[in-house]
Amino acid sequence: MTTPELDGEERARVEEITAMLPHFEKSRGNLIPILQSIQEKHAYLSGAAMEMVAEHLSISPSEVYGVATFYNQFRFHPPGKHQFKVCLGTACHVAGGDIILENFVRKLGIKDGETTPDREYSIERVACVGCCALAPVAVIDDTVEGHIQPSRVEGIFVQFQVERERQEREKAERESGE
Amino acid sequence: MSRVDIKKRFAPILREATRRTEEKKTDGIPTIYIVMSTCGLASGAAETKQAFEEALSHKSIEARIVPVGCLGHCYAEPLVVIDHPTSGLPPICYHQVSAARAQVLVKSYLEKGDPVFKYVLGATEENDLIPAVMDFPRFNLEQRLVMEQCGRIDPNDIYQSVAEGGYGGLVKALGSAPEEVIAEIETSGLRGRGGAGFPAGRKWRLARGAGPGEKIVICNADEGDPGAYMDRTILESNPHQLLEGLAICAYAIGANQAHVYVRAEYPLAVKTIQQAIKSGEQLSLLGSSILGTSFNLEVIVFQGSGAFVCGEETALIHSIEGKRGMPQHRPPYPVEKGLWERPTVVNNVKTLSCVPSIINRGAEWFRSIGTEKSPGTAIFSVVGNVIHPGLVEIAMGTSLRTLIFDVCGGIPKKKSFKAVQIGGPSGGCLPESFLDTPIDFDSLTEAGAMMGSGGMVVMDENSCMVDVSRYFLDFTQKESCGKCTFCRIGTRHLLNILDRITKGEGREEDLGLLETLSKDIKSGSLCGLGKTAPNPVLTSLKYFLDEYEAHVREKRCPALKCRALTAFYIDLEKCARGCDVCVGCCPVEAIFTTTGRKKAIDQELCVKCGECMVVCPPEYDALEKVSPPELAPIIERSPEKK
Repeated sequence: MTTPELDGEERARVEEITAMLPHFEKSRGNLIPILQSIQEKHAYLSGAAMEMVAEHLSISPSEVYGVATFYNQFRFHPPGKHQFKVCLGTACHVAGGDIILENFVRKLGIKDGETTPDREYSIERVACVGCCALAPVAVIDDTVEGHIQPSRVEGIFVQFQVERERQEREKAERESGE
Repeated sequence: MSRVDIKKRFAPILREATRRTEEKKTDGIPTIYIVMSTCGLASGAAETKQAFEEALSHKSIEARIVPVGCLGHCYAEPLVVIDHPTSGLPPICYHQVSAARAQVLVKSYLEKGDPVFKYVLGATEENDLIPAVMDFPRFNLEQRLVMEQCGRIDPNDIYQSVAEGGYGGLVKALGSAPEEVIAEIETSGLRGRGGAGFPAGRKWRLARGAGPGEKIVICNADEGDPGAYMDRTILESNPHQLLEGLAICAYAIGANQAHVYVRAEYPLAVKTIQQAIKSGEQLSLLGSSILGTSFNLEVIVFQGSGAFVCGEETALIHSIEGKRGMPQHRPPYPVEKGLWERPTVVNNVKTLSCVPSIINRGAEWFRSIGTEKSPGTAIFSVVGNVIHPGLVEIAMGTSLRTLIFDVCGGIPKKKSFKAVQIGGPSGGCLPESFLDTPIDFDSLTEAGAMMGSGGMVVMDENSCMVDVSRYFLDFTQKESCGKCTFCRIGTRHLLNILDRITKGEGREEDLGLLETLSKDIKSGSLCGLGKTAPNPVLTSLKYFLDEYEAHVREKRCPALKCRALTAFYIDLEKCARGCDVCVGCCPVEAIFTTTGRKKAIDQELCVKCGECMVVCPPEYDALEKVSPPELAPIIERSPEKK
């Protein structure tokens, strides 16, 4: 495996995976659990990560890639700091979930499955989070929010904005206080 | 080991469980049960719990907080049950308990003894003081067998499960021969709850007879159906019942290994079942030499990575083996050659959860519930346009009308019923004339829908059947694994045609094309996904042909749902001078002020999100929605305002 020049962040990731792999027995059945634990740590699967897994299990990288792309769970690009998952299950669809998704898409100027260039936000559409009685539903970071209205989308961004400004202010205050 | 010895081994566990329950009953300390499954948490149950904790410590009141699983009454979440033994009142169930209400309850009820009637849903026991929830149709028309303990016990406390009879079935099964257990399940007539309805007992017998060597049990909890969440609820609310069923099945077929295949999208369910396995092993109810016998069972949780097709048993097995989850031709069936080439029984969560009570109470008792050919109960997640959505467990044979109108309260906002979609992407939409169909495997299949895993979406007059079909095809087209050409390319074409129709570009020949293509896909696909994917189209074509015709011929959506075929406009007669609520809420600034300080919509900018219609004050009610869009009067925006 040839490793091109890695920046610090990437090198740390590669090291983490190197440390993690020996904990998994070299059996094909471990492929999905390994990929899951890498994604749990790094939030996505990089090309380098998949190559390392292939080497560990003695299978070809294309095999790993083939399995990873088959399942909806795996992501191949780093997600944003804040993730929006809009549920498009049947109940949410009937209740207008597509309109909610469209509001996020319009607001951020990216499509579902993409991340904003500043890596602040990403949008995903999910098939069903199993909270159908609360439709339409969106998962904001890790919180499931039910009965979401199109205007709530705007509110969510305002909330994040306020939070960010508060953090910046506090940081500035701390720095000036020191 | 004899039956007596196994019972002796179980006795101390049972004693400890009873002691703990008795202690709770007699110490006089109030208990607060908070529903903390995924939907409860989404409605704010975590904040409610925190509010209770803070209020209790602030007032120095002693009370136990017990997080419990889902009661199935999702419309009333967060639900809380307070058992305050010294108040002289029965345990009371409260609905929509927000953090603020939690504080009120602590102050008024726990401190001063006033049960705050305005937040009460009902008492959970019959009594003379407060109407019991059992008197409400949402409760008394249900017949709970699988979900009996859901929401009543702490899923993370194995002793609470044991106190309610948990693992009693396993004790009984271990004392009998495996053949006897299989015979009991066969006599009970239990059919697989995953959708197809294959007799569970026969599956077990086939696996047991599949030659010597190790066998495997897999619990299928890959609930990929959009609109269904009963498996998740059972895992989150009563995991021990499932594990007990799993252990009984493993014992009966001769397996030492069991896998629980859960969707990774259900993190709480994964956590709960893992915890439950651990506590089962600690008490020797799972793991090696269970209750001192020679029966070992290793239970492994496998997290499914989100592929709808993995609900199909051969695809699921491939997925556990670390491959792409593609189905394979059957035979050989998994009961002959399954996971790692070993005979494997794949059963759904609900099927396995039925097992303990069948063993405990006998096959005859199970047969007495439901219908002749489909004994037992059915669990549905009834969602969509109903007043009381949530999980409902009813005896098989109950009519759709009873379920939708009596149990779930009917259609909200005085709208009329249009269709009910049963069985998710594999099922179909049934119109009003089918409301008296009894719910069982055979009747539903005959009507063109199917039992499926139990998702039920009720739709009112504002749902467009063409749009719903398009939605399902969009789903199956994405989820098709790509193995069979008809499923891979056929569903894509079906979707393209439906897309066209919902955009008002449908052609006359499209309707015939939809039908022939659907039939071709059905016959040209290997697995259940492809075989059933055209069902939503076929049933809606059969029962709602007029809607398709309106879309194709008149370019009109009768339900005002398809966005390309509708338009919003503001009735200037009704619009209030100077009011501008709608202006602020429009995400694209399409609303502008026209003559007389009234508002109008720029049709070119409008994205038809409908937000203005929601916010327009009811006393004006000036927003109108029409189809086809040409019906909307055009009001020009003056160029300088653009």
